[in-house]
Amino acid sequence: MELADGEAPDQTVGEVDHWPTYEVFVQKKRGDQHQHAGIVHAPNGEMALVLAKEQYARRGYCVNLWVVATSDVTATDYLDSDIFDSVPEKTHREPVDYKVKEKINRYIQSKKQPV
Amino acid sequence: MSNKVTALKELLYKMADDQLILGHRNSEWIGIGPVLEEDIAFGSLAQDKTGHAFNLYQLLERMGENDPDTIAFRRAENEYKCCHLVELPIGDDYAFCLARHFYFDHAESLRMEALSECAYPDLAGLARKFYSEIKYHVFHANTWVKNLLMGTEESKARMTTALNDLLPYALGIFEEGENEDALVDEKLFIGEKALKEKWIERMSDWLKEYDVSLDFSVEPHLGGRKGYHTEHLKPLIDEMTEVVNLEGDTMEW
Repeated sequence: MELADGEAPDQTVGEVDHWPTYEVFVQKKRGDQHQHAGIVHAPNGEMALVLAKEQYARRGYCVNLWVVATSDVTATDYLDSDIFDSVPEKTHREPVDYKVKEKINRYIQSKKQPV
Repeated sequence: MSNKVTALKELLYKMADDQLILGHRNSEWIGIGPVLEEDIAFGSLAQDKTGHAFNLYQLLERMGENDPDTIAFRRAENEYKCCHLVELPIGDDYAFCLARHFYFDHAESLRMEALSECAYPDLAGLARKFYSEIKYHVFHANTWVKNLLMGTEESKARMTTALNDLLPYALGIFEEGENEDALVDEKLFIGEKALKEKWIERMSDWLKEYDVSLDFSVEPHLGGRKGYHTEHLKPLIDEMTEVVNLEGDTMEW
């Protein structure tokens, strides 16, 4: 695209491009947790559901959809993502030391053996 | 051929042709839809329509008619029995496309509801199979039409104009065939007259909520079910059959 010197490209977008986004959650079967699938642009929740169905639940495996306005989501700041780092010596806080784990692993292994 | 079979075939042909032609028309919005999400959704709906046409043509094949490809692509214009509503070009106003979608899919959902009781089990089965897809089509249409009727003054005006303009065409969906009595007598179908009454009741009740009142006594556009079409069908068929006409019957997909 050629622009005259010093002229900024036209950034104007139509009103429709300003539809807010909704976060879409798909439940694959009853009782399962809803899982985040992506976003859709929509003017309201009902329209978001209508559009989300074809974007994220077209190929079956869905029994329920949720949409939540992205603006209603409270999130942490990426600048604070170090709060998720754990000090290495604290393995006693992670579920790795349970005695039963070995037993479970043995059971899983035994299931893998050919009969 | 018994009257019953003739009547059933007549019903299947017009239903399938409506789906095929509307599926083709609606697919013309792909790539130019109002927003990306709607473009994808409406394209998917168009595919559902083509799928319904295919299943109905398959049923005709099992009743001794040609195979689905031959029926879909190898007939003369006057052998298509679609109504005029589905033939109209898409134009450039999405309200037009939504009004057609709204009218047609409400009629379709009532038709499938009635046909799920059809005395011919294969058709009753198909009607039940289609029903869930059509339910979403109706949900999609309702949501759009409702949002535009409740939106700005302009959106309400444009939506109402489209609904008014298309009403005579929509009423053409219910044009009766020659074997209507046999369909009703044999308990295959409630008949177009009864379907039309249900549709008018549902449409007027629904639209009343949004202060839209239409004159359902307008003269309908008829002729499609007898093979008389608008000037728009022939170019559509020519485009749809462009490849198969080029390659002939030896073509493999």
